[in-house]
Amino acid sequence: MKPADFATEVHNDWCPGCGDFGILRTIQMALAELRMEPHRVTIVSGIGCSAKTIHYVKTYGVHTLHGRALPYATGVKLANPQLKVLCLSGDGDGLGIGGGHFVNAGRRNLDMLYVIHDNGVYGLTKGQAAPTLKLGVQTKSLAHPNINDAVNPIWLALAAGATWVGRGYSYDIKHLVSLLKQGIEHKGYAFLDVLQPCPTYNDINTKEWYGGEDRKETNSGRPLPRVYKLEDEGFDPVVHEPSELEKKATQALEKALEWGDRIPIGVFFKSEHVPTFEERIMQRVPTYMDNPPALQAIAGPNGEPRTDLTRLIQRMTFKGA
Amino acid sequence: MSPAIHVNDLSWLIGGPQGSGVDSSANVFARACAAGGLNVFGKREFYSNIMGEHSYFALRAHTNLVRSHIDAVNVLATFEAETVFRHARAVTDDGAIVYDPALAKTRLSDIPTIEKRLAADLKTYLISHGVGETIGDLLAAAKQRGVALVPIPFKDLLDQIADEFQIDQLSKISRVVNMLAVGASFGLLGFDFAMMRASLEEVFRAKAKIVNMNAAGAQKAYDLARSLVPDFRYRLQTVARKEPRLFLTGSQATALGKLYGGMRFQTYYPITPASDESEFLEENEILDLNGHGLVPEAGGKEKGASMLVVQTEDEIAAVTMATGAALTGARSATATSGPGFSLMMEGIGWASINEVPLVITLYQRAGPSTGMPTRHEQGDLRFALHAGHGESPRIVLASGDFEECIRDGFLAFNYAERYQMPVIHLVDKALANSYATIAPPDLSDLRIERGALAFGNNGYSKENPYKRFDLGNGPVSPRALLGQEETIFWNTGDEHDELGHITEDPGLRNAMMEKRFAKLDLASREIPDDVKMAYFGPKDAGTVIVSWGSTKGALLDALDRLWAEGAKIGYLHLRLINPFPVDTVRKFLAKAKRRIGVEMNFGAQLAGVVREHTGIEMTHFILKYNGRPMSNTELYDALRSVLGGKAEKRTVLTRGA
Ligand SMILES: Cc1ncc(C[n+]2csc(CCOP(=O)(O)OP(=O)(O)O)c2C)c(N)n1
Ligand code: SF4
Ligand SMILES: [Mg+2]
Repeated sequence: MKPADFATEVHNDWCPGCGDFGILRTIQMALAELRMEPHRVTIVSGIGCSAKTIHYVKTYGVHTLHGRALPYATGVKLANPQLKVLCLSGDGDGLGIGGGHFVNAGRRNLDMLYVIHDNGVYGLTKGQAAPTLKLGVQTKSLAHPNINDAVNPIWLALAAGATWVGRGYSYDIKHLVSLLKQGIEHKGYAFLDVLQPCPTYNDINTKEWYGGEDRKETNSGRPLPRVYKLEDEGFDPVVHEPSELEKKATQALEKALEWGDRIPIGVFFKSEHVPTFEERIMQRVPTYMDNPPALQAIAGPNGEPRTDLTRLIQRMTFKGA
Repeated sequence: MSPAIHVNDLSWLIGGPQGSGVDSSANVFARACAAGGLNVFGKREFYSNIMGEHSYFALRAHTNLVRSHIDAVNVLATFEAETVFRHARAVTDDGAIVYDPALAKTRLSDIPTIEKRLAADLKTYLISHGVGETIGDLLAAAKQRGVALVPIPFKDLLDQIADEFQIDQLSKISRVVNMLAVGASFGLLGFDFAMMRASLEEVFRAKAKIVNMNAAGAQKAYDLARSLVPDFRYRLQTVARKEPRLFLTGSQATALGKLYGGMRFQTYYPITPASDESEFLEENEILDLNGHGLVPEAGGKEKGASMLVVQTEDEIAAVTMATGAALTGARSATATSGPGFSLMMEGIGWASINEVPLVITLYQRAGPSTGMPTRHEQGDLRFALHAGHGESPRIVLASGDFEECIRDGFLAFNYAERYQMPVIHLVDKALANSYATIAPPDLSDLRIERGALAFGNNGYSKENPYKRFDLGNGPVSPRALLGQEETIFWNTGDEHDELGHITEDPGLRNAMMEKRFAKLDLASREIPDDVKMAYFGPKDAGTVIVSWGSTKGALLDALDRLWAEGAKIGYLHLRLINPFPVDTVRKFLAKAKRRIGVEMNFGAQLAGVVREHTGIEMTHFILKYNGRPMSNTELYDALRSVLGGKAEKRTVLTRGA
């Protein structure tokens, strides 16, 4: 499989230089590197510039409603847990209008990856402040500096119960591919925040800003990037045993507070000690994974209903004498 | 003239504070009747409250099938004061009231939960009878009318039970009072006590001590009532019956239909009165399979069937999650009531534009907004027809009784898949919370129809890709499922091209709109008349009723009386509301001189829909919107006055406590 096998011929209408291009490319690369069969993958998105991604990827693609990508994706995955499900949202999509679903997805720990295209703005509606834009920041199309403070997606994901939490940068392709692959392979609910410059509306958190073009080293003249990799500093995000939970969660929260001069990317947290939603269902329905809702034969060859209600109906029946 | 004796024709009511066990006492009474071969119909009324507010069950028991309630009460079973105040006046002159004599001095003003309007009304009544305002006074007024009073000293009986079963605290067995009231009722009615005992065993299952305690108490109350009123004019006698009968609620009936129809995924967010169905499904998630289509090589064995019920974070998640599941091929549904349905609009539009087979079971209750959450209304017909922005085809089916709940629950999935659109299945609070015995319906005609499906081995290729929204072959494009090989497709809430990608092309837009709506025409042609509607009564009737939903039971019971009196009146019961069966409705209504719209709403919503499609107007309306279902008696009265030419154009029914 090559990344090109995951490309469609649909005309791409993102603005030149949009950070979404990097996310699209890395998704195609990650799927190819994982040797996924395109038809085994379903990508679900919400509404926004980011949500158009699915039309450019050759897998099953479900472009849904503003804020609702997660519940649609959850329905797909629950009905057929044998599919690989990826879910994509904008930051407004996933943390504003869809905030309730964000929290509840964490509670389930369903085996899928959720990616937020974090550009700080509502791209498709022309640049209003998104929930990830910091207090007092005034991007291009805002009449006043932002009056709301930002929500911290990493904190929120941890609080909600995501069992794999990472952050990538859409211009660090190699790193992002690796994060996507880890997120896809994580057993449980993985959340990936991707810093995605929107050159059209976010003139503050630009590619140049993330890259530190504004603060060059005096001698060499080299930019001093704001983004740095957690793994480069020996950060170990893994909860190796349940007793480590507090320590690992605390260090993840601490790291997630960093912003401005130093912005960490990489894996913040990973735990495989929480049962997945699929495992919880199996406790009640042992055949769930082998014979999930989507794959059950409900009718005989001539449409005869196969569900046998005899046992149930007997309990509701008064027999004749 | 000796007073008439009524055998096996009873209206019984038990009331009490919510949470005090009234539910199980009514259940025991109904099951005892059913065990004795009687037919029952029970109606449950309760406040939106968990503890303390008044709730009651009105139950009819009869030799023949019963489909609705009546306003009158023949036996009122009480064990506390409020029920006496609320319902004593409804007791027929030849009826009886079971009550606690210790409460005789309780005053109306001691009961804070009685609404001011009702209290004032009761006061006027007591004053007009020249009595004071205690229970004793109210009962004296009843006695004057001929009502038999049946004092049961509940506390004494409880003391005896506590002694016998060595219970140290009376509060531990306070719920036994319910069964004392039931026992006293059966004593009055002379019904075989063995039936009550059997019923207690059924309801309390394995808990032998509880069964014995309740049975012992009930037996004492039974004997006492019997000795107090040995010649009561209402009797219940066991009936020998060969055929089995189903005893169920409307929620259960709907659930059974959906399960039989192959539903494998249901989402819900808790809401009255819809959640009962989902909870019932959840309890029964492991399913049995019959032998149809079994591969013999597999040794007649295969992996177990089951369904998944998911409690979501809200109704937006409920509708969208069910839609996601439907895309994989699982028959999927969500069930809700008005406030939840309001949140589902955008999701319904998405399912419609993406041609997803999705079933939404809408349990109507009194709106708008929170309205009266536990009370009945048929107020969402127009809403279901138009829910969502833009124009999005959907099928709307409305069930009128338990058998229709089962059938429509089943058929909804066939239609959703054949026509690839959302199906809104309307039921309502009255159906959901009523229970009755019915003849087990013959469902042998039902077949699962999954509509046109696309499979990967159809020779799709790069040059000839699968087109989810193919415009080439009629309005229904073969549906592929997520995960299938070679049929990759895209969905979007935007207008789309044949592959499912976004388009704003004006020509494609027209083609897609026309394709989607053509499916409704197809549905209208293919769905048989006996699903679309039912007509009862003489074909040439000069007066025809038009109605839908759960008014069916009360209408048929009222009509039986009118027909017996020779009235020429017909009843057109509509089940398929969209696509609207224009020609058939026109045919049934064209010649009727009088047309009566009967509906549980303010605006006569179906009548408006009929006029919109056929140009035919109702000449009369019988409407009700006080949150209480129509009784067959008030309907009978209202229909008679229309037939007698005495009714105004609009009659508003007001009965019900
Ligand atoms: C219910 C609803 N409200 C509003 C909109 C309008 N709308 C379209 S895209 C969008 C914001 C998108 O911002 P974001 O989610 O951050 O995605 P981005 O475009 O930045 O990728 C909004 C508000 C909508 N489509 N649906
Ligand atoms: S508006 Fe921003 S996010 Fe949207 S396509 Fe343009 S650059 Fe990308
Ligand atoms: Mg955004």
